[in-house]
Amino acid sequence: MTVWRLVAKEIGYRRLNFALGAVAVLVAVGCVVAVLTVLSGYDVRAEGIGDAQEARTQDIGAGLKDDARRLMLELGYNVLILHKDQDLGEFYAQGRASKLMPETYAEKLAASRRLMVRHLLPSLQERIVWPEQNEPIILIGTRGEVPQTHLDPKKPMIAAVPKGTMVLGSVLAQKAGLEVGKQVKLLGRAFTVGKIHERRGNEDDVTAWIDLAEAQELLGKPGRINAILALGCLCVAQTPGGVSKEITSILKDTQVIELLREAAIRRATRTAVGNRADQFVGLEKTGRESLRLERAVLEKWVILPVVLGCVVWVGLLALGNVRRRRTEIGLLRAMGVRAGQIVSIFLARALLVGLMGAAIGYAVGFVVAAAWDAGGVALGGKAVGVAALFDPILLAATLVLAPLLSALASLVPAMMAAQQDPATVLREE
Amino acid sequence: MLHLADLTKVYRGRAKEVRALDDCSLDAGPGEFVVVQGPSGCGKTTLLLVAGGLLRPDSGGVALNGEDPYSLSPEDRARWRSESVGFVFQQFHLVPYLTVLDNVLVPSLAKRSDGAGERARDLIEHFGLGDRAEHVPAELSTGERQRVALARALLNRPKVILADEPTGNLDGDSSDRVLRHLGEFAADGGAVLLVTHDPQAATYAQRTVRMADGRLCE
Ligand SMILES: Nc1ncnc2c1ncn2[C@@H]1O[C@H](COP(=O)(O)OP(=O)(O)OP(=O)(O)O)[C@@H](O)[C@H]1O
Ligand SMILES: [Mg+2]
Repeated sequence: MTVWRLVAKEIGYRRLNFALGAVAVLVAVGCVVAVLTVLSGYDVRAEGIGDAQEARTQDIGAGLKDDARRLMLELGYNVLILHKDQDLGEFYAQGRASKLMPETYAEKLAASRRLMVRHLLPSLQERIVWPEQNEPIILIGTRGEVPQTHLDPKKPMIAAVPKGTMVLGSVLAQKAGLEVGKQVKLLGRAFTVGKIHERRGNEDDVTAWIDLAEAQELLGKPGRINAILALGCLCVAQTPGGVSKEITSILKDTQVIELLREAAIRRATRTAVGNRADQFVGLEKTGRESLRLERAVLEKWVILPVVLGCVVWVGLLALGNVRRRRTEIGLLRAMGVRAGQIVSIFLARALLVGLMGAAIGYAVGFVVAAAWDAGGVALGGKAVGVAALFDPILLAATLVLAPLLSALASLVPAMMAAQQDPATVLREE
Repeated sequence: MLHLADLTKVYRGRAKEVRALDDCSLDAGPGEFVVVQGPSGCGKTTLLLVAGGLLRPDSGGVALNGEDPYSLSPEDRARWRSESVGFVFQQFHLVPYLTVLDNVLVPSLAKRSDGAGERARDLIEHFGLGDRAEHVPAELSTGERQRVALARALLNRPKVILADEPTGNLDGDSSDRVLRHLGEFAADGGAVLLVTHDPQAATYAQRTVRMADGRLCE
């Protein structure tokens, strides 16, 4: 005869008491496993939703930054490259640079890898009177932006003007009575009006843009330009004057005019928008963190009472079992069974109650959670799936902790059993 | 063998003190079958409990082959009981969920021995319960139950059997059988202390002792 055999026989004989204990454990384990599994499923799902949300938020942030950048570009170029000998007094007074540079300067600049400027726009500008229209205009020859092949191709801010076509400012077009598609002559050459800009409220309104090569030909300055416009790097770290030094180190006989005020506004705007976007993402994260906290509280207030209730229930059932077996215990003691063995009889029984309840409870809880996961997709997102829901650690913890808790709950009744005085008990009828 | 000297036991109940044993002495040598008789409430059960190491006397000594169980620790006293004493009770106190065989084997829980299973079968056979080995107590007659209890008491080959009214619930034939088996045990060199009202018992006993008010008079 061994303790386990005795326990097994007793369980077989008093199935109801054992079953009630196991059911208590089953209910508690089932609840805990179901809740934890469903919550972990939510976690996986929420993680997905949250990630998508965060990605969206980040997208929005990036979009904001992009918008800001584009809007800043609209402000125009912030770096102007002129010939070194160009007199600035003359330049500002006349609105044109008389000193010319080779057009190849633009390519040379574009080829430089260290350069912190983008969107290089070489041009030949002259203030002339349009002979055919008798109108003073600004004539700009442009070939669009010079591609910087080592950089990602960015959308050019200013497109090239196709040969044989002309782009006009609104005031000029109005005065000359021109519309898109009309033929017009300039300095004896025929052009088609390709586009008329909206009114801009500056000298662009009286400007005509044509192809650079054609302008050079018409103005008798082949291969020459008098200005390169560029956009300085928007890096916050950039120091004023840095761009200027860089350019003049590549193009020795140029001078660089940085439009500092615009650069500063750009930087400020970009920083402000960036901060806002980051703040937005940060808010999202704290939101998720507080959800997780709430979850922990929920776990505590659902799981704790269920487990405590189960412990009390199992303890009371064990007490009932002990009371029913008073004479049996007294007899065992009279026959020399030691107190420790009596305790072990009740603890072994409690372990079996816990193990049985835990095994079935886990299965039930998991099935419930899986069904919930499969059916309750109301929250949004896809079902997590059985494989992702199964947590071997939870299973192991259940199979270990439930029997231990059951034994713990039965410890006091077991000790009471061992403390019984056989002399008193065996006297009873 | 069993030596009870000047035992006194006073129950201090809620109402008043009861002097259950009063300077009570008794010896039972090997092979001796002693019957204790006396009126109800005179202290017979108390005497057996004290002799069996289950109830510490207020004064006096218990010795089995010179060993005093009350000088041992509770754990050692339990071991002492499992090795030295066999109890038989009026109410049998069989474990209801165990078969006859397992009931007889219960003392092996306290004292492990290799041949326990075989000895249990032999005892069951000897007590005429061979075809009852797999039955549970509820399926047995009262006489059969008491024989199971007796077999159980004998499993660990105790030195002394302490029997408290073992025939109190039995008819004449069953009583006879139980008493005969107790006589066999004594004949094999064991000591039997039998408390009973049963007049039949005297015929198996070497010695009958009368007890009154916690005292013995031969
Ligand atoms: N736990 C107890 N507390 C108080 N008094 C007790 C207790 N147990 C027994 N007694 C008293 O001690 C006396 C002796 O009891 P005991 O059971 O030994 O008598 P007995 O001779 O076995 O009687 P019976 O033949 O009826 O079984 C009785 O008067 C009983 O009432
Ligand atoms: Mg009695």
